[in-house]
Amino acid sequence: MKKLMNIEPSRSLKGFLAIIPFVLILMLYWTASNDRLAENPYDKLLPSFTQISAAVERMAFTEDKRSGEYLFWVDTGASLYRICIGIGISAITGLLLGMLAGLLPVFRSGFSPLITIVSLVPPMAILPILFISFGLGEFAKIMLIIIGTAPVIIRDIQSHVRQLPSEMLIKAQTLGASTWLVSIRVVLPQIMPRLISAVRLSLGTAWLFLIAAEAIAAQEGLGYRIFLVRRYMSMDVILPYVLWITTLAFAMDFSLRKLSELCFPWYHHQEAGK
Amino acid sequence: MKKIKIFTLILALITSTNAFAKDKFSICWSIYVGWMPWEYGDSSGIIKKWADKYDIEIDVVQINDYIESINQYTAGQFDACTMTNMDALTIPAASFVDSTALIVGDFSNGNDGVVLKDKTKLADIKGQQINLVELSVSHYLLARGLESVGLSERDVDVVNTADADLVAAYSTQDVTSIVTWNPLLSEIEKQPSANKVFDSSDIPGEIIDLMVVHTDTLKQNPNFGKALVGAWYEIMEDMSDKKVLTQLATASGTDLAGYKAQLASTKMFYQAKEAVEFTKNPKLATTMKYVAEFSFEHGLLGDGAPDAGFIGIQTPSTTIGNPQNIKLRFDPSFMQMAADGKL
Repeated sequence: MKKLMNIEPSRSLKGFLAIIPFVLILMLYWTASNDRLAENPYDKLLPSFTQISAAVERMAFTEDKRSGEYLFWVDTGASLYRICIGIGISAITGLLLGMLAGLLPVFRSGFSPLITIVSLVPPMAILPILFISFGLGEFAKIMLIIIGTAPVIIRDIQSHVRQLPSEMLIKAQTLGASTWLVSIRVVLPQIMPRLISAVRLSLGTAWLFLIAAEAIAAQEGLGYRIFLVRRYMSMDVILPYVLWITTLAFAMDFSLRKLSELCFPWYHHQEAGK
Repeated sequence: MKKIKIFTLILALITSTNAFAKDKFSICWSIYVGWMPWEYGDSSGIIKKWADKYDIEIDVVQINDYIESINQYTAGQFDACTMTNMDALTIPAASFVDSTALIVGDFSNGNDGVVLKDKTKLADIKGQQINLVELSVSHYLLARGLESVGLSERDVDVVNTADADLVAAYSTQDVTSIVTWNPLLSEIEKQPSANKVFDSSDIPGEIIDLMVVHTDTLKQNPNFGKALVGAWYEIMEDMSDKKVLTQLATASGTDLAGYKAQLASTKMFYQAKEAVEFTKNPKLATTMKYVAEFSFEHGLLGDGAPDAGFIGIQTPSTTIGNPQNIKLRFDPSFMQMAADGKL
């Protein structure tokens, strides 16, 4: 008889097993929601699926009475803009500073201890200081994302640059490459897939800081809307917003992975080989 | 399958409200000048004394997040909770949780205000960006202020800002105007550039602080109402004691002078008689009409609401809105008992 630990489910069984927990959660929610709504049909805590879809219809496909805008898309646009700019700047600074610190010992000695300390400061703890230095506008929200994610990316890139085999760097130099050439032709191509995976790992943090920044002061955005309607307990709006944020985060993560697989197949072969 | 059913049943039981006659109650309150007396009532044992008198138990819980406390009350976790008249309408009543304002404790008489940086007239607010907690009484106060100078919300730019961060926000450059309440308001007013151009004393009696109870619970357990009201007016008697005031000041994070300053801009109803008169005054109905209209315009009455009168509000003088759908009731009868010394 086969041991339990050696039983590998078939492809279709795997898919089935993956769906079960979701179905269970939905069923659990549905029964609990029905029970509460039977008692008070206007209960807002666990809205029915009809109420949720009505809220989605209202937020996403009906013009807002006051501003004439489609709030859901306005919020999505504002949040995506902030997170893309924020994480984009983080990625670029992370790449530049990480490579500099990884490759140049002079730079590393001056810079590394600082960035190590900075990356350990919890951005949420220095929030009031960030306001006063960056204001409450768009800039502050993007800065919060950058402060939250850039130091981690810098450290990650730096340590990966340092892990490159020194034989490779020496060989390039004996072939006559300058520091500039080594960094462009040897280090950069090898570090790009690592940058993508570092960005993927910091996406979660970036969303966290985005929502936090929008909760504090904003006029639109996904986090803004959630914290606004929380005032009158509109779970029918909050739940689809949470689902949507999850979907967006998943889509960003997924497309970064695909991009990496497409551009750097050698890296993923190597990964799979391990 | 059976397990799931049992689990959901348990979940439903935990989350559902129960309005049966019972002898154990819990109330919640949050930090605000007019609600601090509940802290004293709890720590001094006055509430326990009155609960014992009616042979019930009352659990007093302080909640740090004001909105969360109302949400918990609405979800049925508490039998009674402190809130303003506007929040009582837009959160529990708009969720169709039938609520009764058992105690009308005070109204804000300067505790909420509009502050402009470097400008001295309310009319200067035109075109400015205003930081405030959106959809709160601050927002209502702003709307009433704008109305008084012939402006509307279209003439300004409202930015939702968390109350905890408003003081820090004021010192940043791009913030030019703020609407908030005490103790944050007095903190902001200390800055030399700050000018309070409009406050709740300009609309006296419109921002009211209440102790709100589930109507069913009150109906089935009048003793609970009696105990709360009795305790409240006994607490009120002690409010002239300097020691008591100092304790309340410390508990709200300020000192005696700071707390007295906040009390000065609060119209406390120390006597049950005053509160009964205020509740019976027809002006209360007018106020609630304003509040209902503001709430409807901002979508706070829910999507099913076709007009501002969708949710009925009962006051002793008259009923506003749909009489078939009364979800918020101002009932002075328990305070009347206290005034008559019948508790």
